[in-house]
Amino acid sequence: MTHHAAVVRMIRSLLDAQRLGVLSTHCRGHPYASLVAYGVTDDLSRLFFVTPRSTRKYGNMTEDDRVAMLIDSRSNAEADFHEARAVTITGRVSEPGEDAAAPLKALFLSRHPYLCDFVAAPSCAFMVVKVRRCIFVERFQNVTEIEVSP
Amino acid sequence: MTFLMPLARAGAHGESVVGGKANALARMVQNDILVPDGVCVTSEAYGVFVSEAGLFERIQMTLQCKPFSEMRWEEVWDAALRIRNLFLTAPWPPVLYEALATGLEQFVEGGPLVVRSSCPEEDSEGASFAGLHDSYVNVRGLESTLDHIKQVWASLWSDGALLYRREREADFRAGTMAVLVQRLVRGEVSGVAFSKSPLAASEGVVEAVYGLNQGLVDGTVEPDHWRLDRTSGAILAHRAPEGRPSCLGAGPSGVRTVLLPEAKAARPPLEDEEVTSVFALARRMESLFDSPQDLEWTLDGGRVHVLQSRPITTLEAQGSPGNDALHKRLHRSYDSLCELRQKIETRLLPEMTEAAEEMARVCLETLNDGDLARELRYRLEVNERWVGVYWSEFIPFAHGVRLFGQAYNDAVKPDDPFEFTLLLTHTPLVGMARNRRLGGLAAQMREHPDWNGGAGFGVTSLPPEIEAAVSAFIDDYGELSWAVAGGASNQSPRHTLVSLVLEMAAHPPASEATAGDASRLEERFLGAFPVESREYAQGVLDLGRSSYRLRDDDNIYMGRLEAELFRAVAEGRRRLAQNGTGTDAEGLRHELERFRSRPTIQSAPARDAEETSVVKARQIMGQPAGQGLVRGRARVIRSPGDLAGLAYGEILVCDVVEPTMTHVVPLAAGIVERRGGMLIHGAIIAREYGLPCVTGVPDATTRIATGDLLTVDGYLGIVTLGEADEIFGEGTAGRVKKDC
Repeated sequence: MTHHAAVVRMIRSLLDAQRLGVLSTHCRGHPYASLVAYGVTDDLSRLFFVTPRSTRKYGNMTEDDRVAMLIDSRSNAEADFHEARAVTITGRVSEPGEDAAAPLKALFLSRHPYLCDFVAAPSCAFMVVKVRRCIFVERFQNVTEIEVSP
Repeated sequence: MTFLMPLARAGAHGESVVGGKANALARMVQNDILVPDGVCVTSEAYGVFVSEAGLFERIQMTLQCKPFSEMRWEEVWDAALRIRNLFLTAPWPPVLYEALATGLEQFVEGGPLVVRSSCPEEDSEGASFAGLHDSYVNVRGLESTLDHIKQVWASLWSDGALLYRREREADFRAGTMAVLVQRLVRGEVSGVAFSKSPLAASEGVVEAVYGLNQGLVDGTVEPDHWRLDRTSGAILAHRAPEGRPSCLGAGPSGVRTVLLPEAKAARPPLEDEEVTSVFALARRMESLFDSPQDLEWTLDGGRVHVLQSRPITTLEAQGSPGNDALHKRLHRSYDSLCELRQKIETRLLPEMTEAAEEMARVCLETLNDGDLARELRYRLEVNERWVGVYWSEFIPFAHGVRLFGQAYNDAVKPDDPFEFTLLLTHTPLVGMARNRRLGGLAAQMREHPDWNGGAGFGVTSLPPEIEAAVSAFIDDYGELSWAVAGGASNQSPRHTLVSLVLEMAAHPPASEATAGDASRLEERFLGAFPVESREYAQGVLDLGRSSYRLRDDDNIYMGRLEAELFRAVAEGRRRLAQNGTGTDAEGLRHELERFRSRPTIQSAPARDAEETSVVKARQIMGQPAGQGLVRGRARVIRSPGDLAGLAYGEILVCDVVEPTMTHVVPLAAGIVERRGGMLIHGAIIAREYGLPCVTGVPDATTRIATGDLLTVDGYLGIVTLGEADEIFGEGTAGRVKKDC
């Protein structure tokens, strides 16, 4: 297995194992972080989540579509320093139409069936990040970058 | 993993797998006691269903959107209904369905069944859970049996079961459920027996009714009652019920009330020797299980079948406050609610109207001080009496809506567990009729030739025909009781009313929700019942509508009585202010003191706003009670007088929408209420006007201030405060400093 393939596999495995990630947006340069439940396509090209439209993160995303998401495997133990893995995903976010969103919503609900009311609510937006890069960190400071789309 | 097993083998698996009831019955089978044949759906089947359908997390999210200990029982009921619907609508995991369908197919073909809860927690010495988990009598066919298994599973999360766990300080989040499917034994006589009386340690008790046991257990049929000597088994006394007009029998499905022939009704259901033989069986159970037992039995073909035996858990609790525990007062039968409806509609409401009209005819200004004090005392007594009736009769009648809601969801299995409320709106509510009259007054002003965008009208300068219309409104509906109560400062009640109508006239009229799909839903509901059960379906729908209507109307009727009381209080205060001396004045003063401490139907007042704090709410979770999304400025109601300030398009934020406050709702763009529940007045009136509404918002009136910008998400039950970018306003970007 190539190093690239091994890293992709580890990222996939990390994304499959976790349910929540920290979304980064900003408002006029002020950073803002939010915990969200996410889903992701097999090819890592799309990452998606749901948010009420009245939230700060939604407001921020309507002003600037550039976002980042951190997903990690911390267990709040000392061993995290050598065992924890993290991936930071960057890209641009949009709110697709119903047809384009439907298959991704189905994927999202297969991971988070308890959020079905949230997904169905007209007051919530289904947001899709077109992933540009994955930055993978393991063993404290080993960092690998993968370009997913230009 | 075992999903299904014959009852006779259930004992080998232990209570955690088959539940307390099945475990006890299995032990009886092993000891050659006659028990209806059955199979047991294990708690492992429950675990697979909940896990595969993703229900576990949804149940927890439903129960933990706010601290469970702070949920009012109406909110717990809402949560229980949502959870019940999750069970009803979740698809069967194919492997589980296959296993149960194959295992039950042959058993189901043998005739009508009883589907009963057998919870591992229930029927233990510490906790009986008696009557809190559901059982269903006379179930036929495989699909119906599987549906009823789901309903029994869901009853693990019923309002009664949740509140019982809360009262016992048990973990409300945990639990599992096994289900017993047994042959229905159509007993000619059924009953209960206590091997040791909860009231006298040396005695035992047998109770019996004609027909099925359910009539006795749910309190629909009053039993014959025998006291027996525990040692000798001799009968000490027999107490007959007031009458034996009817019993419960099996209908085409479920149970139905059957009238008893006169000759049968005249004699007790058991002969003396049958009483002693039932009691002997109870004593045998006590020996078998090594503790005093509460036995349920049925007599068929001269043989006593044991339906259930469990330890008596009430021996030490007699006379304790626990006997009035909330979980025991939650359910009323269809028949008892129909009786209550009859009483309320034909007797109580007309009496209330008459009382209010009689008081309205009294010209208080012409009474001397002594007569006014007596009138005030009389009005306080009338008010107190009806407050008592409100709690004892009107509040329990709210169960009619709940019964209908459950019947609708069981029959239709809608995606939205509160879809049934659409069938309840558009009933003629007194409050809505009153608001329509106000809307009519506003339209009359708006269309008047002198209106001129409102500039031509003032509180004290109305054209004579408008003044006459305002007077006619007050004649029909009384003045606004919150204004009469002295809340609206510096304004007479009439002026407060006119201010409200002027504000309404200056804006487009509020639209009410349209009948929409109500008739389609009604057809869908009635069509879900077999022809022979349609009469019941129509009856339960009518009951639900009547109950829903009363949830609003009873307060309007109470408001009229209160307004008359307030009128006398205002007159008394006026007299004291003018000339507060003499014996008669003392009498007046005394009655006004009583007025201050009178009982009312209102809930506790809202807490005062906290000191300004750096801790500020941004989003608060409540319950979605009226669909829609709206943004507007908050108008927080901390005292009745705050209502006068409500402007068009503001969000009404209050502790509780008292029905006497609903005049102002047509001006509001949304409602946020501290009190929770889908069937409270705020939610009812919001649905009538199609307003976004969130209820059950903790400390709504203290965490939100008048003027705050609010976003009310009535789909998800979220209230958001402020602008999205408010916290980003401070400071500008800078470079990272280096401290070296």
